[in-house]
Amino acid sequence: MDARTLQEFRAIVGERGVISSAEELHTYECDGLTNFRVLPEAVLLPESAEQVQGIVRVCHRERIPFVARGSGTGLSGGALPVANGVVISTARMNRIIEVDLPNQRVVVEPGVINLDVTGKVSPHGFFYAPDPSSQSVCSIGGNVAENSGGAHCLKYGFTTTHVLGIEVVLPDGTLVHLGGRTLDAPGYDLPGVFVGSEGTLGVTTKVILRIVKRPECIQTLLAAFATTGEAGAAVSGIIAAGMVPAAIEMMDNLSIQAAEAAVHANYPNCGGLLLVELDGPTAEVAALMEKVNEICNGCGATEIRLAQSEAERAVFWKGRKAAFAAVGRISPNYIVQDGVIPRTALPRVLTEIERLSEAAGIKVANVFHAGDGNLHPLVLYDRRIEGQEHAAEELAVRILELCIEAGGSITGEHGVGEEKKMMMGKMFSEPDLATMQLVRCAFDPLQLSNPSKVFPRPRLCGEKPGPYTPHPLEVAGIAERF
Amino acid sequence: MAQERSSSGGGAGAATAEIAWDELRAIVGPENVRAAEPADAVAGVLPRMVAEPADEQQLAATLRWANDAGLAVAPRGGGSKMGWGNPPSRLDLVLSTTRMDQIVEHVWADMTVIVQAGARVALVQQSLAKHGQSIAVDPLWPETATIGGILSTNDSGALRLRYGALRDLIIGVTLALPDGTLAKSGGKVVKNVAGYDLPKLATGALGTLGVITQAAFRLHPLSATAGKTLTIRTGGVSDANRLLVELQGSALAHTGLQARMQHDAQAEVDVRFEGTAAGVEAQCAAARRIAAFAVEEAGSPEVWQARQELWSQANASALVKFSVLPTRIAAACESFRRYGDKAGITWKIVAQGTGLGWVRFEGARLKEFSRALLGLRAELEREAGSLFIAHLPAGSEETDAWGSPGDAFPVMVRVKQQFDPRGTLNPGRFVGGI
Repeated sequence: MDARTLQEFRAIVGERGVISSAEELHTYECDGLTNFRVLPEAVLLPESAEQVQGIVRVCHRERIPFVARGSGTGLSGGALPVANGVVISTARMNRIIEVDLPNQRVVVEPGVINLDVTGKVSPHGFFYAPDPSSQSVCSIGGNVAENSGGAHCLKYGFTTTHVLGIEVVLPDGTLVHLGGRTLDAPGYDLPGVFVGSEGTLGVTTKVILRIVKRPECIQTLLAAFATTGEAGAAVSGIIAAGMVPAAIEMMDNLSIQAAEAAVHANYPNCGGLLLVELDGPTAEVAALMEKVNEICNGCGATEIRLAQSEAERAVFWKGRKAAFAAVGRISPNYIVQDGVIPRTALPRVLTEIERLSEAAGIKVANVFHAGDGNLHPLVLYDRRIEGQEHAAEELAVRILELCIEAGGSITGEHGVGEEKKMMMGKMFSEPDLATMQLVRCAFDPLQLSNPSKVFPRPRLCGEKPGPYTPHPLEVAGIAERF
Repeated sequence: MAQERSSSGGGAGAATAEIAWDELRAIVGPENVRAAEPADAVAGVLPRMVAEPADEQQLAATLRWANDAGLAVAPRGGGSKMGWGNPPSRLDLVLSTTRMDQIVEHVWADMTVIVQAGARVALVQQSLAKHGQSIAVDPLWPETATIGGILSTNDSGALRLRYGALRDLIIGVTLALPDGTLAKSGGKVVKNVAGYDLPKLATGALGTLGVITQAAFRLHPLSATAGKTLTIRTGGVSDANRLLVELQGSALAHTGLQARMQHDAQAEVDVRFEGTAAGVEAQCAAARRIAAFAVEEAGSPEVWQARQELWSQANASALVKFSVLPTRIAAACESFRRYGDKAGITWKIVAQGTGLGWVRFEGARLKEFSRALLGLRAELEREAGSLFIAHLPAGSEETDAWGSPGDAFPVMVRVKQQFDPRGTLNPGRFVGGI
């Protein structure tokens, strides 16, 4: 980057708001997906929407690509810098601007940490529902980009359910407001399409969030089964009984062992572990929890524990929430996947994963959001062993293909990012992807905002869309298409 | 029915050039193309033809043909809300989805359903109910309304408070674009962040970006019991608003919360509980404690029809939807009263705990009042609210239905240009002339 442009950035965000020395830039060369690394030209730390606008205007004029970054906890490389580009970190935009309890809304800057929103409103009995496992460190801006989920989205929905309005700096530097404080703002549902666009449509500078009243009662039950098949049958039974639990999580033996080694959650050593959480009015929860108990017993549960205190409930969750990191205890390297399948395909897909895992000689630990069919297979390998990394990567891809074949998705909450963009063509047809890219062209015709992510290849925005473009030979009358 | 205006003679190329309707007949079959009748008018504008394709391939081919011929197309499901939005600036063809009315896939154990756009909401719900499930939405006129129609108009009722709007229930969509592209987005699993969320973009777009050919939804279990509705009579709109906010701020898990109010100061609050018998009883008791300052009346599930009842014999009335912060519902009512009193207009409101409400205005000088509605709208917009005019008496078509789309309007225009560069779909019907 030339000195003049860098100087211009300094004038906007101040001397301390620009990081440009190589050793400091290394901190930003990757996000939570560490096997992709790119060194940006500079990292900029604006303190306001005006400063973000200033930065983006310069980028637009100079055609400098930019990547917005929150806490960098993403698992798909969404915040991976692009070569010759800058990173816009929202770390210094971390104010909770307004809390409106009667209307159940909170207005925050994008760098605010997810759990801090709940922290701010919990004394009044409210919480912010989306709860990705990284919630103690991840930012709301990052959550908006990725449409983050969490264990409780089966009942409460995703980030998109809880975002009413977003202030955005568009890739040409214009500041706009998508949605608003009230519902059904006139016009297209632009917050709906912006949330989950993985930073490709602009930079979030303010978010209007919805908060939720904490239910009167929360109960968590832990049930041990001999196999994941039995645990899966219990999940189906609970759903078939007409319940929408706040969460249903499943872990297999390998991930139980890992969690035990890491955080001593005192899980029973079993083939399949279920965590079932119900919340709501006390009488309702009590009646339904009895039913859950019966269903688990009927499906062959070898042990059932109901958390007797808030502390015990926290311990139940501790093992689950630590599962990804815990796997580091039993394997030097691992790949986290995020495929989704229709819940009924679970037994079939699990059997197939097991078969592939044995054939490849690569272990797979399984952690699921079982209620909504979101799998987190952890593909374990040792980079030091020749060929293992490659075999693990191939297995991870094969698992995602299984998810697609089962009618599911390649990602439930981690995003496509850099990691899975080549899988998009397997899940969607060319016209599907071209149609999505129409949105991209409306927001960012120069493709400066987090370019080269999500889609397998960029679309030229002047390109004529459509299912059929005549070949030059046809136009020239040399060939015909029948 | 509003007065009919023919769209011919406008600036459209289609008006002067000969239209090869035989090509359309070849696409959908001659028996599925007919000349338009007065009942086919869209917000007072009469199309020339009506086509009913059998499937999404025919629909896409029809759309492409119309787009190539420079025709303007209005998609139509059950036709129950064709008056919503501004009159089209041009109109040649009504594209009806009524023959595309099948449930494509209902895997009850996965709690998902894929439905064709032309399926009637009530029929879909009846089929889902056999497995104790439903799409958790209660739109107007479910017997007539179609899946594609409720999505395009983003219609929602009391259930929205608990289960979200259609945007929160739709998990996948297939769109036919004006150039004939059939594009899928989302999927059939509840949790999915692969690619842009076009199901949300299509929801509430009034068919201006593409025609929804089918959609996938997440389902919810129907309540195990009939549930119970409490109705509480309050001293007026302020008390009703206060009660609404207090109930909404409680830990209760109600599945409906609305205030029914009218110009003569009557104001009732309805709250509904569903679930197990024990849970319902306990919640009713808790709600009664919160509402102890007011008087309970005999509750009836009929009260949840109140929103639809505002529309009965709607011809001589004005109907608007408003959106305000939940704490500002009473203030909105005061604005309605102020404007209404000046013009001798009476009003009746059903407002939900979400801050969304529906108003029916009646009176002799309704036509003049149509213009006053713009002033009312400006008041609500100043407080981050909005006012959508769903219906006015004939002769008031010039009044903008939508209000201000805000500073993101240029982005909306660019989205429209990308999806529909020739302005084929519902031209002029949406916000800001889109």
